[in-house]
Amino acid sequence: MEPHRYKVVSGPEGFLPPAAASMGVALPEQGEGLIEGARVPAASALEEAATRLVNAKHPTFFPGPLILWNWKDGIAEKAQALKDLADTLGAKIIPMPDYRPKYPMINPEIEVNPNHPNLTIWHNKIDVCVFIGVHCHYANMALKIIRGGTDCCTIALCAEAGHEDAVISLRDFALADLHALTAAVNRLKARG
Amino acid sequence: MLQQQVRSPEYLFFEAEKKKQFLSGSEAVREAIRKANVDVAISYPITPQSESMHLVGDLFAEGYVKEYFRGENEFAVMSSVAGAAMAGVRVFTATGGPGTMRAFEMFPVWAGSRLPIVCAFLTRGINSPLTIQPDTIEMAFLLETGMLMLHAETAQDLHDMLLKAFIVAEKTDVHLPVGVFADGFFVTHTKEILHIADADSKLPPYDPHCAPVPAMDMESVPVRQMRDPFVMKSNFISYAAHASWQQEIEAAQERSRKHLERYLGGLVETEHEDAEVLLITSGTAVSQSREAMAICRKEGLSVGLVKIKSIRPFPSDELRRLAAGKYAVIVPELNRVGWLAKEIKARVDDPRRVIGAPRVFGGMTMPAHLIVDEIRRVLQ
Repeated sequence: MEPHRYKVVSGPEGFLPPAAASMGVALPEQGEGLIEGARVPAASALEEAATRLVNAKHPTFFPGPLILWNWKDGIAEKAQALKDLADTLGAKIIPMPDYRPKYPMINPEIEVNPNHPNLTIWHNKIDVCVFIGVHCHYANMALKIIRGGTDCCTIALCAEAGHEDAVISLRDFALADLHALTAAVNRLKARG
Repeated sequence: MLQQQVRSPEYLFFEAEKKKQFLSGSEAVREAIRKANVDVAISYPITPQSESMHLVGDLFAEGYVKEYFRGENEFAVMSSVAGAAMAGVRVFTATGGPGTMRAFEMFPVWAGSRLPIVCAFLTRGINSPLTIQPDTIEMAFLLETGMLMLHAETAQDLHDMLLKAFIVAEKTDVHLPVGVFADGFFVTHTKEILHIADADSKLPPYDPHCAPVPAMDMESVPVRQMRDPFVMKSNFISYAAHASWQQEIEAAQERSRKHLERYLGGLVETEHEDAEVLLITSGTAVSQSREAMAICRKEGLSVGLVKIKSIRPFPSDELRRLAAGKYAVIVPELNRVGWLAKEIKARVDDPRRVIGAPRVFGGMTMPAHLIVDEIRRVLQ
């Protein structure tokens, strides 16, 4: 009998879901991605992300400071490509320019905070969200909270090593990958 | 100062020609830091660590370390290195025994703040009664601080683990402090032949832009981001965020396994792992156990050895597999509480077969015959 494999799926998983890494889910190697905690070729993960986005009712992008600030060469182009992708999908963009708690209350209509992302997801009825340009520690923290308390499907497009806590994750995600994702979205939309 | 060339970690660790040097453990620390491209080192003296940070001070004088000073006490040192690491530079310090205890509050802060600080813990007894002698009891206190913990058997291990610690600590998916532990005096104050790369190579600099948290560097973008505490609020959301944060530290420890396996060649090393009785231990107790194993095998006794190199993350799967079906597992330790035996008992399928003995502490040495006696007693 095969040992039980922990699957990273849309929630709500419960009061306090575990970190997927502690449940045996490993980060993808170069050229790979993750779908529900399983390592797959990056192209498969990208196709799955495109499919979920096209089929979503309220797809939403949560761009973080690493893509919102023009802090190194190539970032502005990546930000523009992200905007183009969101426009193609008719998706919302709710930026996460920093990680301040913003107590006593955030406005979930216009902002998201990694400490309580569920408020923004509930308020906007977001069924698929995309993390991009969010520092890995804060992304993982928020991805777990979303999985615990909402039924939102999470996608993490990471420029570093990827995220076990997202339903779909890609690593080393560069400008060319963003273009490829947009192309896949266009292809799926054209197919109808 | 030698003109140094930045080389890849893989080159320095695996490909560079290694030359013989006859060094003490403290000098091994110096030679590791000489090649580690450290930005800031902060010291405070305590026996048996003092000499190592003194020698790192010499490196500063020679130009190998960019900034170096003495803190007011160990708590100040550990706070200062935290500040430097938050600002996005590579830092190093060292302490031991009561110094570790004095600074203790900062260790979970390091991990919780995802700071890739490397600290050498050159262990000794904890007061009181006052002792400066070898003992590994401080490791028991540090097990759940969130830092990675490597345990060196020899000065060679200490040198190699320190250099590799920087690279593992700074991986984006890990980004945690690493404590490299060596048994005080036995390692720090004795000399052995090391095989080390020339000092004309050094590690690449730390890149804080790959960190999983923003560097608190007010001069470069994305900037002006403080890590404001959310825990000051009494509501479920801030509790849930704190819980999720703690889980992420544990997850980062898990992710370090593959990097440690790559750079250390595994979390454990084994000799005669198919034997009926296994000695499983870490630090200098490994050397004594190796002697005991050799004596026993000459007598025809079936004895093997497992050297644990990484205490956090703990090699749970490896030990469960190695201990399965053994007549007995014997865990010699240089401390009173037997923290390593407890760790092993908590993971193997049959903890009744794990014997936490022999133990020496308070500065006592562990003669090999003490371990041999335990093996004979178990096999009677």
